[in-house]
Amino acid sequence: MTLLKEPDFGTPERPGAATVSVEVDGLPVTVPEGTSVMRAAALAGVDIPKLCATDSLEPFGSCRLCVVEIDGRRGTPASCTTPCAEGMVVRTQTPKVEKLRQGVMELYISDHPLDCLTCSANGDCELQDMAGAVGLRQVRYGYEGENHLDAEPDKSNPYFDFSPSKCIACSRCVRACGEVQGTFALTIEGRGFDSKVSAGAGEAFMDSECVSCGACVQACPTATLQEKSVVQLGMPSRSVVTTCAYCGVGCSFKAELRGDELVRMVPYKDGGANEGHSCVKGRFAFGYATHPDRKLKPMVREKITDPWREVEWDEAIRTVATRMRAIQETYGPSSIGAISSSRCTNEEVYVVQKMVRAAFGNNNVDTCARVCHSPTGYGLKQTFGESAGTQDFRSVAEADVIMVIGANPTDGHPVFASRMKRRLREGAQLIVVDPRRIDLVRSPHIEAAHHLQLKPSTNVAVINSMAHVVVTEALVDQGFVADRCEGFDEWAEFVALPENSPEATEPITGVPADQLRAAARLYAAAPNAAIYYGLGVTEHSQGSTMVMGMANLAMACGNIGREGVGVNPLRGQNNVQGSCDMGSFPHEFTGYRHVSDDAVRTVFEELWGRELLPEPGLRIPNMFDAAIDGSFRGLFVHGEDIAQSDPNLQHVSAALAAMDLVVVQDLFLNETAKFAHVFLPGASFLEKDGTFTNAERRVNRVRAVMKPKTGKHEWQIVCEIATAMGYPMAYDHPSQIMDEIARVTPTFKGISFDVLDKLGSVQWPCNDDAPEGTPTMHVDAFTRGKGQFMVTTYVPTDERTTSRFPLVLTTGRILSQYNVGAQTRRTENVAWHPEDVLELHPLDAENRGIRDGDLVTLASRVGRTTLKAQVSDRMPPGVVYTTFHHPVTGANVVTTENSDWATNCPEYKVTAVQVGLAHPLARHSSESVGADRLAAVD
Amino acid sequence: MAAGVPSEQRMANQIASNLRHQPADRAAETLAAHIRRFWDPRMRARLFALVDAGADGLDPVVVEGARLLRKDQEERVG
Repeated sequence: MTLLKEPDFGTPERPGAATVSVEVDGLPVTVPEGTSVMRAAALAGVDIPKLCATDSLEPFGSCRLCVVEIDGRRGTPASCTTPCAEGMVVRTQTPKVEKLRQGVMELYISDHPLDCLTCSANGDCELQDMAGAVGLRQVRYGYEGENHLDAEPDKSNPYFDFSPSKCIACSRCVRACGEVQGTFALTIEGRGFDSKVSAGAGEAFMDSECVSCGACVQACPTATLQEKSVVQLGMPSRSVVTTCAYCGVGCSFKAELRGDELVRMVPYKDGGANEGHSCVKGRFAFGYATHPDRKLKPMVREKITDPWREVEWDEAIRTVATRMRAIQETYGPSSIGAISSSRCTNEEVYVVQKMVRAAFGNNNVDTCARVCHSPTGYGLKQTFGESAGTQDFRSVAEADVIMVIGANPTDGHPVFASRMKRRLREGAQLIVVDPRRIDLVRSPHIEAAHHLQLKPSTNVAVINSMAHVVVTEALVDQGFVADRCEGFDEWAEFVALPENSPEATEPITGVPADQLRAAARLYAAAPNAAIYYGLGVTEHSQGSTMVMGMANLAMACGNIGREGVGVNPLRGQNNVQGSCDMGSFPHEFTGYRHVSDDAVRTVFEELWGRELLPEPGLRIPNMFDAAIDGSFRGLFVHGEDIAQSDPNLQHVSAALAAMDLVVVQDLFLNETAKFAHVFLPGASFLEKDGTFTNAERRVNRVRAVMKPKTGKHEWQIVCEIATAMGYPMAYDHPSQIMDEIARVTPTFKGISFDVLDKLGSVQWPCNDDAPEGTPTMHVDAFTRGKGQFMVTTYVPTDERTTSRFPLVLTTGRILSQYNVGAQTRRTENVAWHPEDVLELHPLDAENRGIRDGDLVTLASRVGRTTLKAQVSDRMPPGVVYTTFHHPVTGANVVTTENSDWATNCPEYKVTAVQVGLAHPLARHSSESVGADRLAAVD
Repeated sequence: MAAGVPSEQRMANQIASNLRHQPADRAAETLAAHIRRFWDPRMRARLFALVDAGADGLDPVVVEGARLLRKDQEERVG
């Protein structure tokens, strides 16, 4: 493919059914009311010269290059700011406007470096293009006047340069930062000739509030804001449209290459999830794919104390197959299993679970979604009948009240957060339920109506109290409940109990009763109220209960089945939804159908030619227990670092060390690989061909930008292992795997690579009833028929604070890093987060003699680690917070194996801890952290 | 978290705690159905062994649920 240039219509599309018809240069065109003359002209095929206009931003009317003449109107209005009116006759090329445009261009060029041939934007510069378009032949003002050519560049950002000498002050970057990203880090400083783009208060980009989303770089029409990679490598010459492999938003990108070298990732305007926006990870942090740490050859070793030995693929695959079978011969068919990855494609995940069920002959397959969103699958299946979120991301634009529970979208799901912030700026009300004062609570032009700063582990008590208010104050949508739901009376009786009143739960939750009542009323009274939630909901001992509690509340208020409402999980990794859809759980085939269902199992048995077990297999935590008791001895770990990401790492380490065979497939020798006997090098997302499914059930194509550097696709490797174990598995192309998925999975029946290539993306269910997918679920009826209210008793966690461990640790992630950091730590993103820190309240810090930057010990009942303190009142007293992006810190050394009662999802969000100065006599020590990370304290 | 308690006992008791809003007989049935749906057979066998051994601290709902589960399994096999 050549370089893909998307059309730019100059101004945004206007929604609405009413239309107006106009004529542009003799061409008739009919457009929605409110459409600009510039956009109408573009739709008619007439490009009007422009510089300050682009269709991702509201019109600004500053450059005056887009002037036109309109019959019956005086002057030469700017076409970007002039809306079409019925019958309007527009002329875009007249001697008058041509002369005006040339004059404007002369002024721009008189204060612009004339270095086009050596400029990094040569060939991709709108100023250059417009000079040609307007027929600029002279600059009558000369080049000797006062100018900005000596303005110093700002190269502080690791990914892009700011060269103010090339700036034309069009404000596109400033507007992109505000309108698209919602950060408002940029401004135009000064007036008139002194006007200049400024980050923050005249700071360097790196010192400002800039979050490096790249929206300004994307919007810049010149080389003023330019990717360093373009400066270094030159302008790309071809594009491949693919999907980001970071978070569950699943942004579409144009991977732009020069030859076979990836130059930059540019967000794709037609991407359904992101619509042309990006974050610092997807936009810039792809360097890990070529990092020198990456392993490209398979390796084996007899014992984990032996050195690795590089081998050819045949030997590595034979070793896996032989040793797996040997274990089964000695310890039985159920003694081995696999963990699939939410970072891998649907096709890769599908073949892993197929290998386990058909070749291993058991159901011991689980996915890393176990440790993040398994309660979502359980809770939404019980209540709605489908283990997935209800909306598409666009839906948030219709919400009047947005309730964010246990999620930090600006850090975890930044591109969706930008959509949400836009809606909040338009006037939607915000309720935040979180122990921590996340950025959304108060940020530029946004302030939460209510921040319910609950104590960790009390989510269910809060949601029950909100339901109590709804039921006892007659705020229930009686019609919706009567028509669409069942189980209401028992549930209503339960939530109406005095013990669930906000006044009764206040001592438990710490949320003032009057505030909770006000929030519940706000949610219930809104025409459209939407719930968005994250791991702060699921990663609790009552994660599944809380998911059901939110579903109950949404049903009670009739907030299901249309745009602007719903219950929406913000999935952690790129393909969490997909890995769950693909039958990665030990009790379910694809499409969430239980292995004990004879009719479903028969479909797979007939297609796969093997008898399949009707009993569920081991979940990840159960695998660890079974490894320690000796009944589970061989594990294939696909693209997951369980020795860093899973809780109670001492337990995990002991389990891995007890196994006879651990096979790790990954890009890097990760922490888990320390326990591995076979290492199979993986492919980066840039080398993959397949699909990811994001948090809105959107199946997106992942297209190979380059061939696998290891020589094999990951799905091929899995197939070859299965074949070597005596179960032939072979496909010529991943599209055949998707065809098989569609054949056995009713919700995927209409999906194929051809359909995806044609439609761009599809949200499942996609079948005969919905051939182009389903953006909003449960519209006329729930998947299970009637929505099921579930009684959600609050059960306090067993993890209690004591005098010895008086604080509660909760964990999360930050914007620049991703999960265990295996990817982002190998990029320039470390500039923002070189190490994990412990946030604690000033009161807790003072009580312990801790100052900002001190090295502190963090100890729980199961382990201890050391890290630097960051004193912050974002946390309430008694609660501390850290991330788990760096293995040296090993935050999961201290988290316990407490887990959700229904799904075993670990309770990462609640660990009783104590914090103290690591070296009381040597403040601000620079000693290495984490040295004693595995020393147990209890 | 109770140290030294077998995982199956801890998990089963936790399920019982989350079903405490239900009458004991219904809770036992729900617990049995949940374990049948989500637990690997070896985990169920360990739970049965704990019940047979009269392990301290087993919730009565767990004991009854395990009985129902075992009966159901035997009927399926038989």
